[in-house]
This record gives sequence, C-alpha cells and structure tokens, in this order.
Amino acid sequence: MKQTTLMYKLVMAVTGLFLCFFLIIHLLGNLQLLSPPAIAREQFNWYSHLLSGNILIKIISYVLYLSIIAHAVYALILTRVNIKAQGSQYVYDKRGQVSSWNSRNMGILGTIILIFLVIHFKDYWYVYKFGHLPLDAKGNKDLYSIVISSFQQGWYIILYELSFIALGFHLLHGFFSASRTLGLYQPKYAKVVRVFGWAYSLLITFGFMLIPLYIYFNFNS
Amino acid sequence: MIDAKIPEGNLADKWSNYKDSSKLINPANRKKLDIIVVGTGLAGSSCAATLAEQGYNIKSFCFQDSARRAHSVAAQGGVNAAKNYKNDGDSVYRMFYDTIKGGDFRSREANVYRLAECSLALIDQAVAQGVPFAREYGGYLNNRSFGGVQVSRTFYARGQTGQQLMIGAYQALMRQVSAGKVKTYTRHEMLDLVMVDGKARGIIARNLETGEIERHSANAVVLATGGYGKVYYLSTLAMGCNTSAIWRAHKKGALMSGVSWIQFHPTCLPQIGETQSKLTLMSESLRNDGRIWVPKKAGDDRVLNDIPEEERDYYLERRYPTFGNLSPRDISSRAAKERIDAGCGVGPMKNAVCLDFSKAIKEQGLTKIEEKYGNLFRMYDKINGVDAYKEPMLISPAAHFTMGGLWVDYNLMTTIPGLFALGEANFSDHGANRLGANSLLQSCVDGYFIAPYTIPNYLSGELKAEKVTTDHPAFAEAEKVVREQLERFLNLKGRFSADHFHKTLGKLLYDKCGLSRTKESLEQAIVEIKALKKSFDHELKITGDEQVNSELEKAGRVSDFLELGELMCYDALQREESCGAHFREEYQTADGEAVRNDEDFCYVSAWEWKGEGKQPELHKEPLVFDTVKLSVRSYK
Amino acid sequence: MKLYLKVWRQENRESKGDMVSYVVEGISEHMSFLEMLDLLNERLIQKGERVIEFDHDCREGICGACGMMINGRAHGPLSGTTTCQLHMRSFKDGETVYIEPFRAAAFPVLRDLKIDRSGFDHIIQSGGYISASTGQAPESNSIPIAHETTEAAFDAAACIGCGACVATCKNSSAALFTSAKISHLVLLPQGKLEAADRVIKMVSQMDAEGFGHCSNTEACEVECPQEISVLHIGRMNYQYNKALILKK
Repeated sequence: MKQTTLMYKLVMAVTGLFLCFFLIIHLLGNLQLLSPPAIAREQFNWYSHLLSGNILIKIISYVLYLSIIAHAVYALILTRVNIKAQGSQYVYDKRGQVSSWNSRNMGILGTIILIFLVIHFKDYWYVYKFGHLPLDAKGNKDLYSIVISSFQQGWYIILYELSFIALGFHLLHGFFSASRTLGLYQPKYAKVVRVFGWAYSLLITFGFMLIPLYIYFNFNS
Repeated sequence: MIDAKIPEGNLADKWSNYKDSSKLINPANRKKLDIIVVGTGLAGSSCAATLAEQGYNIKSFCFQDSARRAHSVAAQGGVNAAKNYKNDGDSVYRMFYDTIKGGDFRSREANVYRLAECSLALIDQAVAQGVPFAREYGGYLNNRSFGGVQVSRTFYARGQTGQQLMIGAYQALMRQVSAGKVKTYTRHEMLDLVMVDGKARGIIARNLETGEIERHSANAVVLATGGYGKVYYLSTLAMGCNTSAIWRAHKKGALMSGVSWIQFHPTCLPQIGETQSKLTLMSESLRNDGRIWVPKKAGDDRVLNDIPEEERDYYLERRYPTFGNLSPRDISSRAAKERIDAGCGVGPMKNAVCLDFSKAIKEQGLTKIEEKYGNLFRMYDKINGVDAYKEPMLISPAAHFTMGGLWVDYNLMTTIPGLFALGEANFSDHGANRLGANSLLQSCVDGYFIAPYTIPNYLSGELKAEKVTTDHPAFAEAEKVVREQLERFLNLKGRFSADHFHKTLGKLLYDKCGLSRTKESLEQAIVEIKALKKSFDHELKITGDEQVNSELEKAGRVSDFLELGELMCYDALQREESCGAHFREEYQTADGEAVRNDEDFCYVSAWEWKGEGKQPELHKEPLVFDTVKLSVRSYK
Repeated sequence: MKLYLKVWRQENRESKGDMVSYVVEGISEHMSFLEMLDLLNERLIQKGERVIEFDHDCREGICGACGMMINGRAHGPLSGTTTCQLHMRSFKDGETVYIEPFRAAAFPVLRDLKIDRSGFDHIIQSGGYISASTGQAPESNSIPIAHETTEAAFDAAACIGCGACVATCKNSSAALFTSAKISHLVLLPQGKLEAADRVIKMVSQMDAEGFGHCSNTEACEVECPQEISVLHIGRMNYQYNKALILKK
C-alpha cells in the first residue's frame, strides 16, 4: 500500500506520545534531587544505576532513542512535504490570527528541543556511559555531583529553562494533536483529553523547570 | 403542427405505458453512443450520471469551475413528494392537482401527473445517496408545509435542501467520472448548437480559461442549463445564470414557450442601493411562522416596532383568509407590489414589506424559532446588520424562477430532434406559476427518471445513423459564427460595459414586463429593447483578451438576454389574460384578482425565431384537460 | 468611503504575478465586497484596462465559488463568512486592503484571483460518494436514521467546497474538506459499507493532489463559512487507522 502523509503523522503521534510517557518517568526520577542532599545523592545514583543495568529498561531505552530519531526524521519529511504544498507565499499574511502560535511553530519548538537534547545527552548520558565518574558510598557512579555542579552555572540554568519553555509549548499542542491524529473525535472525550493535555504539559514543564532553579538557589547560597 | 406526443391511456397509466413500450438499447450498443449534457445542476448532473450508469458515454459541460457550483445549490426550502408520511390526505393525485392548479391550468396534465408520480422514487434515491433530509426523533423522515398547498409534503435539509440534493447528484456524477463514463468540461461555455440533417449532433464550446473554441460531437444533446431570471439583472439567481445555451438552440429552430412566465419570489431582501448585484432569497419556509404586514397608512415613517398592532395591515391574511401568509408565490408577490405601489412600503427605498416573527416568538418561544430558522436569521444579520429576532425582516419580491423555457414534448425533446431540455431550461411542468419546492423536484425527476428513459428511446433510432465527426462542415460553419461574434465584441470600441446594458434591460423589464404588465408597457418595452440592442451592438466596450475574460463572457450572455427580453414582451403581449405569474392589468377583477381566459388562451404558446429584428412566429399547443375541471384559482 | 486596494494581478498559470495598487472612491458601506470589486472593474473598463478576474456566482454564500485572501485572511476579516457575504461596513474609510488569491500548490492561479480548485473534484472522484445507482434505492423510510445522526451528517455535508480551509492552512492541507465528506458519508448507514475503501482512497488522493498534511492548528474551522468542526478530521483519522488495521 502507498505511504501517505497521514501514516507519517501516525508515526509522529505514537513516538510523540511515547516520549510524553517517558517524560513522566524522567521527571519522577529527577524529583529525587529535591530531597535533602545526603539522601538525594544515594537515591539518585542508585536510580541512575538501575536505569543502566536492567534489560527491560535497556529495551525501553532503545525504543526511546528510536522514537526521538523517528520523531525528528518524520517531522523533517513532513515539513518538506508542507513547504512544497504551500506553493507561492502570500504577500500579506495574517493567517496567524486564527490559530495559536505554538501550533504553527512545532518545528521550531522541536528544533530547540533537539538541540537541547544533544547538549543534555553529551553532558549526562555520554559522561555516565563513557566517562570516568567517581563512585559514591554505595559504589554507584556519582552522577548526582555532576548534576549539582553543572546547575551552579547561571548560563546553564538559562539554557535549560528556555528549553523547558519550548518543551512546554510543544507539549501543549503535541499531546492533543497526537490524540486527534490517532482518531479521537468524540467531542466529550476530545475535551477531556485536551484538558488532561494541558494539565500534563503544565505539570511536566513546571516540574522540570523547578529542579535546576532549586539546585541553583539552594546550593549557591 | 407541434405534437406533445402524450402517450395513450388513463392519466395514471400514461407513464407506465410509455415505459412499457419505449424502445431499448442493448448494453453492448450503449457504449457506442455519445451524449452531451450541458449544465451540471440537479437536472444535468443527475441525467449525466444516470445515463452513464446505463452505459452511455457522457460529456458534461459547465461554465463554473466545478460541477458542484450550479445554482441548484441555492434552493433552500425543500423538495415535494407525495409520500403522505404525515398521513394528512396526500396522494399522487392530490399533488398533481395542487401543481396543475398552482400553475393556473397552463400545464399539461400528463407531464404534471408524471412529476407527482416520480416524486416518490426521488426521495428514495436521494436518501440512498446520503442526502441528510430532516428526520423526526423516531428516525423517520420529516416534512413541512409550503406555500399553496394544505398538506405537509415538503422534505428538507435545514435551509440547504438544494445544496444537499446537488451534492448527491454531483457525487453520483463524480462516481461516473472515476468510472470513466463521464468526462467533465468545467469552465466551458456552450456557444452554439451544431445540427446535421436537422438533428442536434454537437455543440461549439469555449474554454473559458484558454479561450479555445472547441467542437464536440454526439448522438444527442441535453440542455440542462437552468432558468434565465437573470435577464432582470437583479434577481435571486447566480451572477452566471444565463439563457445563452437555450437561446442559441432557439435560434437554431427550437421553439420557446411560456417565455414571459417568470416567478417573483415574495421573500427576498429588497434593493437598497444602485450598485447592488443580487437580491438574496430568504427561504419561503419563513412564511410558516412569519406574518407579513405593512403600515395601514401610506408613507408611515415611524420605527416599525412603534407601529401599534391596529395600525398594521396584514394584507395576506386580510385578502386570503384560507391560505393567509402561505398564499402561493405569485399571489403573495403581487399583493406586496400592490401595497408598495400604494405607498405603504417600508425600508429606506420604501420598496419592502415586513415579515414579523414577534407573534411566533411569543407563542413558541425564542429557542424554537432559533432552531427552525437560526441560519436564516444569521444570514439576515450578516447581510443587513439587523437582528430580526428584535425587529421585523424587510422583504420584497424578486425575479426568481422561469416557468418558461424551451418547448419540449412528453419526451422532454425540443422541436429539434436529438435536442433535449431538462429542468428549469424547459417549460413543461409548472404552467404559469410554480409551487414552492417543486423546482428541485422537477429538475431531479427530469434527470434521474424521465430523460434516462426518453433519450434511449430516441437514440435507438440513431444506432444506424451515420457517424458524425467534428470535421463535418456544420461544425466549421457553427464555429465560424461563434468566432465572428467574439471578435466583434473584442473589437467594438464603445463606451459602456456589458453590465450597463444588462442593468438597463433589467430595470426596463422590471417596470414593463415584471410582476404586472399592460399592453402599453409591453409595446413600449419592445421599442426600447430594440433600441437598447442597437446601442449594445455599437456602444459595447470590452477590455481584456480572449483568454480568461469575464467581460467577454458577459457580453455574449447580455446579447442573448436582449433578444430574449424582446421575446418575453411579445409573449406577454400576445397573451391577453392574466394567469399565474403573468398578470395583465387589463384583465383583473374589481378587487384586483387575476382573470384567466380559458376560452381563448388555454394553450401553450410556442415561439419560433424568424431572424434578427423580425417578429417571432407563434405556434399553439392546445391544452386538453381530461381529468381536472378548470376552475378559478382562488386562495381566499 | 475611500479604500486603497492592493490587488494581485497575474496573467496566467505560467506568468509571475504582482500586487497592483488602486484607489476606489465612493464605496457605500451596504455594498458587498464583490460589489466593491464590480465598481472598480466598471471604472477599469472605462479606462480601457483589463478587469480584475475573480470567481463568484451565487453571491449568497452557498455556491463556494468566491474566495480570496483579504488583508491576509481567507474570506476577509470575519470568521465563518464567504467573500460575497462580507460587506463594506467591515472596513474603515481610508483603509488599505490587500487582496490575493487563495494560495496553495494544489490551487494554481489561472488569472488574477481565479484559481483552479479541481483538486477537490478529484478527491471526491476518488471515493466521496455512496455507490447507489438510479433505480437501486429502497423505500426511504425503510432505514430509520436517528435525528442526531442525520443532523451530525448534515453538519459535515454542509461544506461548500470553497477552499478557505486550504488557503488558511499553513500546510495547505485539504484535511477539513476531505474529512467533512468522509464524516458525512460514514455517519449514515447507507455510507458505512464502503467506508474503509473510501477513506484510504480519499486520503491518498489528497496527497496525490499535492495538499499538505494536517497539523491541527484548527485555523480551518475558524475560516470555514459553514463552520465545519475540526473534529471531523479526528473522525477521518479514526476511520483511516481502523481501515489500516483491519485491511486484509
């Protein structure tokens, strides 16, 4: 059967929703950083170790990498299709008045998130996997120290906070958009999903935003 | 003499008899036959789709950019059918009688009976295609009542019945396009009929995008090109509606009938300015709950809501107590004109009457009225910026539907063999006045159920006929005439646009051959139209080139309207009686009701074109009434 | 009142177009937008210039022929309105008004503001119908359809095919148009039989015509003269996904 852009959209929706699910897990893990430093160090390092050892987790992590790549690649393909579909440009364009800014700029928001992810992976994932880290009291790699020290830098905080804002807007449209692509049309449930999507997006965004600020202000003082 | 070819038998059996004895064509032979269908409205689309389903090769033409845009979409109110779902005494006979009477006994019994008979199947067909007719909570089809009848037989899809039926027919057409049985030619305008050996064998069409003049040959040509009410310029019709296809067929020998029978719709938005291009129709269904009135006193300048109840003249309820606000269109329109002419009109140009919902809102509640007419009230607000829940709507009569058109026999074939006319383009079923919700019916019935029987009946005789290609000299000759006219238009270096002539003609016809006519006004009109035509031939100014050029399109159409307008006046002048939409002021009772003359005028006038500037020749088809008794059409 | 117009003028499909300025005086606020263009065209004829070509027909908001970008918005500043229903009272004296054709790769410009929307016809041809030939229909009341179902089908069937949804979409997607047809037909019992085949064909045709995909910005619903709901896009996707899963 012929591939259609709607099939590509389905890939975007499924991978997007998987990433949404992952964000919850990630946030729950990160919330451990808010505990008192002594407990937080052990907890967090133990948790990081857990994530790198388990085979089930390993499979999920590969799905995760694949999702990120597929989400980005298909976004690129679709964007190319769209640019071609537009034909010539309007000389005077006020179409923006009838839709939200973030819904029209998912590509830009996504690109910001992608750049962020590269930095994020390099600083933690790569260091954890391939770098030499000191061990903590329990013998787990001490990722905690790395995290705490990196969030002492103001520019790093700004980078993270801006990325989270981009993520927030991306989620705000992405979550409900995915549900529509998957075929949710019943008005009542569409509304429920929309409200849920809002709550989810706000929670995730503010949750992630809180942690670097907490560390910055608590550990610098 | 012209012969309507009505089949033998009892009225109720005629159509069955016809179908039983009509000639058939073997499926293998059908694909050897080509049929051109001009127009893609309800009649054109349904006819093209149905013939394609049977296996013929169809070429479908329309001037719009898509078949779906034909003006059938604008019909709001509904479509009649004698289903008797309301159990209120309806029957095929009753519907037949209502239609004959509504047409003021100026239509053929056999045609009208067939219309009523086929109405049943049409509803079935439309529902099967997915037309979302209104339904009751139990899931069965709903009906409403319409002007001129006492039963509820109108099926409707909110205020968009025409659009929804049209979508059904359009989709059926598109289905045949994908099956390869129909080829559509959109943005094409038919500019001439091509005849070979006295038979219709093709058309000359202009590609409105490239300007190319194309020849198309076929074994039969169907004109389903709608009505010519746009001759009045200001009308409820679409800007592109025209008479060109049927007029050019008329000039090739097809007779025209009932030419001056033009229905003025009573519930349209009035003219409010000189640059206005359109009088928008507000659905007649509004008359179910709206009450029509004008101030009793002429020249009353008070705010409408300040005029107390006892100083309002509910003239329809007063004059026609039985039917009241639901009186037939011709009567309602004329009554409005009578009041407006008496100086009681309202609105900025004093050319309107009030349609008042305050009583209905009081009795049924605002929500109920909103539910029934919400979209119409919104439309009114959009166009006028006035909230009609709070103050009365202003309405006035406007040119709407042409009962007249090409004369056709019972087969829907014109006097040119192989040339058929369907829907509003023919004259056949509505007599001198059409009942509401009967036009959608007629166009659909012509296209789905009648022409697909009668065209094969004709074509069966054409199987052995010589194959005509577009190389035939007749095509070259027709093409030459078309080219010459276009070149002449482009080369005229006059002063006035086509619209200027169109507007002048329209105003002239509104005044002298409109809702009411007199011998004097018509004779004057003929002289004036002749002069206008002469001026048009010299003073027209067209800019642009032969490619996309709406002015060039208009010029051709206006040229035909001018000739048609003259024929309208001859037709109205010759008919010395008042019947239906044709109201001659000389023939009325003391209280202003129409006086029909069955003794001298119980016939169909069929006019023959005799050449430019020459008086047309009248032929008569006597109307024979075997079943109904001619009576005075009273709605009192 | 007086308006400064900037109008897109283009000779034909191949040529490049440009914005041309006109000053129009003596406009009454009761005029419709198209009547204002009539007025300008009448004056252009007097000056011997080629008129501005634009599609229009019924001028009562139902045929779907008219449609242009007015001040950067499909069918002008009002929502849920066709160009012919837009009246000059929506503009201010002395205002500059930009007029362009609906743009999309699938809607090539023929001349000035006239565009080719035959892509919509092709989408319908690919399956936007119920295969019921004349003569096959059963008695119409033999299949009861719930009042709400008919009304919902009507809401979708109300589409007039004007193309504003495509024009206002940043991706030039025809999703609202296509989904409205799919919804209309699938809601009715008569249309359910062909549902799976229909949705797959129509969605593929949408791509083949060169329309973009839907990214759910929902601008189309705002500009649609019939205010057709974007939830129909959800239903189209549902039908499509279902068809993909159940396909043999």
